[in-house]
Amino acid sequence: MSILVNRDSKVMVQGLTGKEGTFHARQCMAYGTKIVAGVTPNKGGQDIDGIPVFNTVSEAKENTGATVSVIFVPARFAAAAVTEAIDAALDLVVCITEGIPALDMLKIKQRLNQRHKTILIGPNCPGIITPGECKVGIMPAHIHKKGKVGVISRSGTLTYEAVDQLTQLGLGQTTCIGIGGDPIIGSSFIDLLKHFKEDDETKAVVMIGEIGGSAEEEAAAYIQKNYSKPVIGFIAGQTAPEGKRMGHAGALISGGKGTAKDKIQALKKAGVWVSESPAEIGETVVKALA
Amino acid sequence: MKIHEYQAKAILKEFHVPVPEGKLATTPEAAVSVAKELGGNLWVVKAQIHAGGRGKGGGVKLARSLEEVEALSNAMLGMTLVTHQTGPEGKKVEKVYIEKGQSLDKEYYVALILDRAKEKIAVIVSPEGGVEIEKVAKDSPDKIFTEVAPDLEGFRPDQLRKLSQKMGFTGKLDTQFQDIVSKLFKTFLEKDASIVEINPLVSTKEGNLLALDAKINFDDNALYRHEDVAKLRDFSEEDPKEVEASKHNLNYISLNGNIGCMVNGAGLAMATMDIIKLEGGAPANFLDVGGGAKQEQVQEALKIILLDKSVKAILINIFGGIVRCDVIARGVLEAVKQIHLKVPLIVRLQGTNASEGLKILDESGLSITTAHTMKEAAQKAVGALQ
Repeated sequence: MSILVNRDSKVMVQGLTGKEGTFHARQCMAYGTKIVAGVTPNKGGQDIDGIPVFNTVSEAKENTGATVSVIFVPARFAAAAVTEAIDAALDLVVCITEGIPALDMLKIKQRLNQRHKTILIGPNCPGIITPGECKVGIMPAHIHKKGKVGVISRSGTLTYEAVDQLTQLGLGQTTCIGIGGDPIIGSSFIDLLKHFKEDDETKAVVMIGEIGGSAEEEAAAYIQKNYSKPVIGFIAGQTAPEGKRMGHAGALISGGKGTAKDKIQALKKAGVWVSESPAEIGETVVKALA
Repeated sequence: MKIHEYQAKAILKEFHVPVPEGKLATTPEAAVSVAKELGGNLWVVKAQIHAGGRGKGGGVKLARSLEEVEALSNAMLGMTLVTHQTGPEGKKVEKVYIEKGQSLDKEYYVALILDRAKEKIAVIVSPEGGVEIEKVAKDSPDKIFTEVAPDLEGFRPDQLRKLSQKMGFTGKLDTQFQDIVSKLFKTFLEKDASIVEINPLVSTKEGNLLALDAKINFDDNALYRHEDVAKLRDFSEEDPKEVEASKHNLNYISLNGNIGCMVNGAGLAMATMDIIKLEGGAPANFLDVGGGAKQEQVQEALKIILLDKSVKAILINIFGGIVRCDVIARGVLEAVKQIHLKVPLIVRLQGTNASEGLKILDESGLSITTAHTMKEAAQKAVGALQ
């Protein structure tokens, strides 16, 4: 089993005709993902490697049965692309694009809350992969291995680092999801922890957080009340100073809030296995599962 | 992005939020003529730097005569102002803002922020203004009140009434306060701000509310649709190394240690800083070289890291994903040759074709130390300092 995507998922690519879109669509297909459509306004009727391109998301959905979309359109058009996908009532929308204004995300969240249908992952994230079945994103596929650990992360390459450690130790993954490094994102740690809770194959969940905001603290409170599966956590940015944005728009300690120390404390209190070092995430999972 | 107080007040004025009359000056002479123009017999001379706590640091002073305006401006211009927000090195004052003095009655606090947890815009108010809000939050949390705007239309009338009541406003001040909060919301929304903070908002002896200070930060991701705001950026307020890095699409933040870091990805970059600390070292910087870590990027990144003279060793940590490690290794090699690197360099490559990448570096004949794991790399970097 897995969560959100599997070998039967039919995926469309919004921004397929762009350089990034074409490149990553090919990588996903090579992994076995069923990429069935592309969407680029005014380019309907064309095709990329035989994948038909449509003008709108709803046309793509009607003609191909795609229920998942991955978005590669430039930042200033990305909010509109996400909104279009939500309005077309897709099941899952994965937004890779970085740089969407926070207020646009507030509007998108309002819409998501009104519609109750679509799950949004991202923006500014590497995407989602169910090893051996379906990759919807930009992560290097070969470091993954099918198995029993779920991974949820706010980072990109740090997620790859953690996954690589797991795979090297012989621990495969059910599904790995990068939720994105922005202040306002589609799905939170809690949203995805809930999915992993229902998935029998997932025996443990790795949660990689970073400084800024309070998503990790909220997740800790949720875990304490509702979770029996072991959760392994790491928080990046223990050495980050206050008031400096560490790359991700979301990674900012302000007014003394959002520090790694507070987050680690909250996670430990909730019974999460916290790895103090980024080099020991895999080993901590081994301990938690022993 | 941050802007100066005088710029923030100009924006507030645009949205009809009441602010004191004021003008900018860069010389003591100009300060005097500006004060004359403003008229009256009481002025405030305010140092313009991108940091709070200016009053305590001596950057905000009252002048009761034109001679005093000149003397205070003269002392302030060119001085290095140190506040709790500037760090010990302080910031040089290049501009002063001269404002008409006000007869103050009481100081309050108002701020609009993005509430990340609730995913809404929130207003925070307190009848205890003029001091750091963090201090109020710690000492008297019962004096802080917040409301969350239900949507992007703004606050409901009952929310505004409730806040105004908590602040103790009645009559004219009540009306003015509700109006100001609504206008600040509009400012936040229309300018894509990330914070709009008025500390203090004051009531005057004449019975009016006035934004005596103002701070507005903006969402960098939205600057493309606010040319007017983007133009307000003052590069002299920023770390020159950070400015240089941003020209090359590199994300660089200067820190206090001596191990320079170059990493692909923000999360991994923070984790690399963390592991250096765990191994007993101190990172000199945060630097995200971008997912691809191309040769030009690596070269520019090395140059920027080396602008910091306290750097005694450099650690490169790259997780090769779609871009293969052997390609990255060749880029690193070329970059190192180009800039004639003198400090020890430790390179850790992991991911696609990592072994080939490390082999290329090992066999290059250059003195590059290679590592397979993050821990090993951090240990070697710390060891290289001895």
